[in-house]
Amino acid sequence: MLAPDDQKSLKRTPLYDLHVSLGGKMVPFAGYDMPVQYPAGVLKEHLHTRASAGLFDVSHMGQLRLRPKSGKVEDAARALERLVPQDIVAIAPGRQRYAQFTNEDGGILDDLMVANFGDHLFLVVNAACKDADEAHLRANLADACEIESLAGRALIALQGPKAEMALAKICAAAPAMKFMDAGSHEVAGLACFVSRSGYTGEDGFEISVPAEDAERLAKMLLENLDVMPIGLGARDSLRLEAGLCLYGHDIDTTTTPVEAALEWSVQKSRRTGGARAGGFPGAEKILAHFEHGASRRRIGLRPEGRAPVREGALLFADTVTGEPVGKVTSGGFGPSLNAPVAMGYVPAALSALGTKLFGEVRGQRLPLTVAAMPFVKNTYKR
Amino acid sequence: MTTMLYTSDHEWLAIDGDVATVGITDYAQQQLGDVVFVELPKLGRVLKKAEAAAVVESVKAASDVYAPISGEVLATNPELAAEPALVNSDAQGKAWFFKIKIAEKSELGGLMDEAAYKAHTA
Repeated sequence: MLAPDDQKSLKRTPLYDLHVSLGGKMVPFAGYDMPVQYPAGVLKEHLHTRASAGLFDVSHMGQLRLRPKSGKVEDAARALERLVPQDIVAIAPGRQRYAQFTNEDGGILDDLMVANFGDHLFLVVNAACKDADEAHLRANLADACEIESLAGRALIALQGPKAEMALAKICAAAPAMKFMDAGSHEVAGLACFVSRSGYTGEDGFEISVPAEDAERLAKMLLENLDVMPIGLGARDSLRLEAGLCLYGHDIDTTTTPVEAALEWSVQKSRRTGGARAGGFPGAEKILAHFEHGASRRRIGLRPEGRAPVREGALLFADTVTGEPVGKVTSGGFGPSLNAPVAMGYVPAALSALGTKLFGEVRGQRLPLTVAAMPFVKNTYKR
Repeated sequence: MTTMLYTSDHEWLAIDGDVATVGITDYAQQQLGDVVFVELPKLGRVLKKAEAAAVVESVKAASDVYAPISGEVLATNPELAAEPALVNSDAQGKAWFFKIKIAEKSELGGLMDEAAYKAHTA
């Protein structure tokens, strides 16, 4: 529990009043007073998102613009490649890509989305890291880019199989967009940035809107009976079922992208032998992990019983040996699977699908199996 | 005749002679949210007052249920183990957790009656 003083210093998103009026249960998260759930509850909110559509306030996240001083977006892309192991130059106008800021040890400072808006790059970063990310960008890219924090914008995610239908009513461009398309579009006549992406494993959109218009837009979307407001609780269970990393839990400054099983996010052009190999912080270690493998790996886990095996639970190779082999970094109950799910790190030798492990819960070692992620099939519109 | 008593940790006890049936209150289930898993104590376990006796887990978190009084576990609720969501639908009825043989009648004196519990949660 937070002391009253801390409660007072919590920031509010432009949708705070709406959350309260909808009966949101407000909790501190990354310095913001955020709804963890609404009266429907985490279970119903989760299932509704997978069956219909959910509206999430993610305005606490950081939105940044990188404008190339040369006027050529490729120069901003080249500059950003100094800080991330992704191919940013190859992101076509109107497209978005998942990336990570790495540190000199090959660890991850934050994960982010990078979109090419034609004449500039648009970045979305994690709430807890946004100030550090902005400072990092200013310290390293100031020669090539104007760096602008878009603090005056809210961010609304609309996720689920009925998200397209709901958004199409007020955004003509929405239906034609494909997964990871991103650009400036009018939504209800407002100047928005829309991407077809999200954090649930479902088809859906993220809509950046000027703060002063955010509540009006959210209410307009919520007028649709298919759309229900969703809190952070279900956001977490949805992303866990989708096998998506939560920064500060499943990835952090001690995990490389290879250890984190994020190889897919590092394009060949940045790997050894590629056109622009290396040249990002920690390249030596990360490229060595690509070449020789990492000693540990992030894996999905399915506990056998119904008991959730949560973050921090130690993992063991058997029921008797003293030394743990790894740790759960995210774990809980997956409402769509009606079963517990988890992810964590284990030695590479124990990371093969089907490997039997044990997770320690309240002094008991519960059997679990290394399982493929996502746990729930994603429904992205490719 | 059954007497209802409550703890400040939001457990209820239905006292019938020297047996107490224990569960969590409706207020507690509202705070927890959707319950997805319940772990019950082993039959015959002798509980000491205030020790962790059972676990109730929502999608989001795990919470302990403490023994409100000392005594031996005489029964646990098999329906609850099979259907943890009973806690949300009928916390103070079908969703009882365990029955305990009251070891020290004097411990009941420290518990609240319904009026006192209502004031506690107001």
